[in-house]
Amino acid sequence: MQRLRRTMMFVPGNNPGMMSDAFIYGPDSIMLDLEDSVTMAEKDTARLLVYNALKTIDYGQTEMVVRINPLNTPYGKKDIEAVVKAGVHVIRMPKTETAEEVVEVEREIEKVEKEIGCLGRTQIMAAIESTLGIVNAYSIAVASKRMMGIALGAEDYCANLKTQRTQGDNPNFGMELLMARQMIVVAARAAGIDALDTVYSNLNDMETFRREVEMIKALGFDGKSIINPRQIEIVNDVFTPKQKDIDKALAVVAAIKEAEKKGSGVIAVNGKMVDRPVVIRAQHTIELAIASGVLKQEDIDNE
Amino acid sequence: MKEAFAGTLESGDILVRIAPAENKGLEIDLESTVAYQFGRQIKTVITETLTGLGINDAKVTATDKGALDCTIRARVTAAAVRATGKDVWKD
Amino acid sequence: MTMNNIIAQRAALVEQAAAQMGKNIYNGTREKDQTARTENQKEGASSKVCTLEEAIRKSGLKDGMTISFHHHFRAGDKVVNLVVDKLAEMGFKNLHLAASSLQDVHKPLIEHIKNGVITEISTSGLRGELANEISRGLMEKPVVFRSHGGRGSAIANGDLHIDVAFLGASSCDAAGNACGFSRSENAKSICGSLGYALPDARYADKVVILTDDLVQYPNTPNAISEHDVDFVVEVESVGDSSKIASGAIRDTKNPRDILLAKQAAKVIINSGYFKNGFSIQTGSGGASLAAVKYIRESMIEQGIKASFALGGITAHMVKMHEEGLIDRLIDVQSFDKVAAESLMNDPMHKEVSASEYASADTPGSATHYLDIVILSALEVDVNFNVNVLVGSDGIIRGAVGGHPDTAADSALSIIVCPLLRGRIPCVVDEVTTLITPGATVDVVVTEYGIAVNPNRPEIAERLKAAGLKLVTLEQLRDHALKVIGQPDPLPFGDKVVGVVMNRDGSVMDVIKNIKE
Repeated sequence: MQRLRRTMMFVPGNNPGMMSDAFIYGPDSIMLDLEDSVTMAEKDTARLLVYNALKTIDYGQTEMVVRINPLNTPYGKKDIEAVVKAGVHVIRMPKTETAEEVVEVEREIEKVEKEIGCLGRTQIMAAIESTLGIVNAYSIAVASKRMMGIALGAEDYCANLKTQRTQGDNPNFGMELLMARQMIVVAARAAGIDALDTVYSNLNDMETFRREVEMIKALGFDGKSIINPRQIEIVNDVFTPKQKDIDKALAVVAAIKEAEKKGSGVIAVNGKMVDRPVVIRAQHTIELAIASGVLKQEDIDNE
Repeated sequence: MKEAFAGTLESGDILVRIAPAENKGLEIDLESTVAYQFGRQIKTVITETLTGLGINDAKVTATDKGALDCTIRARVTAAAVRATGKDVWKD
Repeated sequence: MTMNNIIAQRAALVEQAAAQMGKNIYNGTREKDQTARTENQKEGASSKVCTLEEAIRKSGLKDGMTISFHHHFRAGDKVVNLVVDKLAEMGFKNLHLAASSLQDVHKPLIEHIKNGVITEISTSGLRGELANEISRGLMEKPVVFRSHGGRGSAIANGDLHIDVAFLGASSCDAAGNACGFSRSENAKSICGSLGYALPDARYADKVVILTDDLVQYPNTPNAISEHDVDFVVEVESVGDSSKIASGAIRDTKNPRDILLAKQAAKVIINSGYFKNGFSIQTGSGGASLAAVKYIRESMIEQGIKASFALGGITAHMVKMHEEGLIDRLIDVQSFDKVAAESLMNDPMHKEVSASEYASADTPGSATHYLDIVILSALEVDVNFNVNVLVGSDGIIRGAVGGHPDTAADSALSIIVCPLLRGRIPCVVDEVTTLITPGATVDVVVTEYGIAVNPNRPEIAERLKAAGLKLVTLEQLRDHALKVIGQPDPLPFGDKVVGVVMNRDGSVMDVIKNIKE
């Protein structure tokens, strides 16, 4: 089953207290940050902390992501060496603008992987945080076989765009990001990888947060970067399939089984032929339903 | 070796100071919120981390706020790297 | 018969009746006291209003006797220190101090213990520097710890005999009618319920009320009746208001507490006890207070109403009562100012004594009618035993409170605690000190999963059916050890510094001194 990435929770890489128990809140992915949340003076200590945490702490089924410093800083290469050796699942590149940057990171990863004998283990995701990056979104998304997703970083992008993020009370809320978001989703889908939305940082306005999550789900995103465990429940709630969608999806899946039994290539529900997109959507709905805990695998097997 | 610090006094962290040894061997001065239950173990982790890095003579002063072993290892290593100038991840 | 004869015959009959009854004959008229009645409520004029020193002297207190206090003024309390300072000054020795609980603010008692003024303590809790010193062996005699219900029983049945009770009150009249709030414009303090003081008022040989608002007679409605009061002492202040009770609802922002609260709420909602007319109590921990918020949402959604909320009453409970979700509030201790004001103004908000609240031997005590209680813990062991008194560093740092009472009497007791507090595990092989026996604990909620006592299989079934993740306490303990490593045993000495009484009056556990 494909991994769910509804929530990717940011945890500062120099805060051991938060790093040790972040996964109890059940984010799909945890992103330990070595970049913006760590001061220059502490880049070395944070790197060691993240390295030791990844090697030691049992994060269960959670996907572990580390946001590294760009390769054009004195920290980027050491970050890659440390986290690849520690067995990170995904390296998140910040401020990605071109496919070449991805290739460069891939080269560094490979070097370390060859050294320790685990070639191909580490995945890459790229955060796109500039207009140039958005324009290059598709080429970034296909720059490496290791690419598992692309994400939007809205703050830098808005600054680059010479605008600012609209607030929840604005009737045009989210307008400034619409094109970037759509570019990200389209590029990700074209490349067959995941699309993740930017953070929403006002923890005192959960209503606007929910609206934003509903919007990005409608746009086609797989999930969202989050900054606090309190945001997880809302994202999961929005992304959890509703019962009537699950029922429909189960009917489709049953029809597939029926067709397989008959050796027929035609899948039909209630006498109507079902198109391939419907089948794909049904399978995705069921995966989400199982991951969200509203449907059990046995329920499908027993159908 | 010069005097160096790593870590913080936040809950779940440990502040480690490493300085040139006054006597032969590792001298560890530990203050911990969990001293009764984990003082011995914390000292062991500090010793093992330093000897693993080839440091056998140093004066260590640590103020622990309930850090886990992996955090202690990270902070001791960071302080040692800063004190000796020898990075564990070469350029 | 002449008029004179009639009078003489009547006098003879009166004399005869008096002789038969063995009584005196009424002789003449008493002179009227012409003082305006507002005047004779002042110190010196009434037989009860006097200075603290006079009250102590008149009470007949002697060396070796037992004095008592309540803890409704919490961290702001000034009564204990004021009275014990005075007793020391007057030269008293070897006193037994029986408080409903003691706090950080009672640190000056350390000196009085060293000087031999106080040589024995009974309490529900100990915190701060005093607790620290006692844990290290400050006192010769061990401190006796009782639950709130257990203390109520012990006072009523004579196990804990109180010679003189010194009870602070936010208002009192010259006759001794006292309250945990004041309706006068001079009100200085408010603590709400005086529940823990009521057994003392009723059973102590002598009762001294200390108040910072001596009000006009009659101070009604009252918590403590003039009937039980011997002396009334006016003092500058009974407590620091800002530390007695906070003003507003404090919603925890701690994500771990929120996680625990949501899980606890799910347990309650799916436990089988969440139905119309249920009753509930919550402890004072951040997570158990927050759980109420999530239960409230489900009550509204499902149209369920509670018959009463019990115990330490909070602003959350008051809000739900005012919204019509909780019919009655039964209040032994008001946790915040909102609760205290509600007790003052709302007749559906009932004040109860510690015995009516939680005594095992009082058939009518409220805990016997309690469905659900949410409690916190310092430690839970694999046998569901709970410790809320002694920290895992061996230092006393908590209070027994109503924990064992409510766990034992409720239909469903839920313990909410994080598996790990920093590097300290909360699920262990054996609790450092036994406060609440495992047989009375039904569910333990941690951030790493929910454990159900094997003697409640039906609860486990219901929770599983609701999709909750159940684990065993052994699994939780093992997980904790994997993260933090195996802790070394605590360096306990051989001196017993505390004795823990069960609520039935039997001795349940001892606390040993911790060595440096």
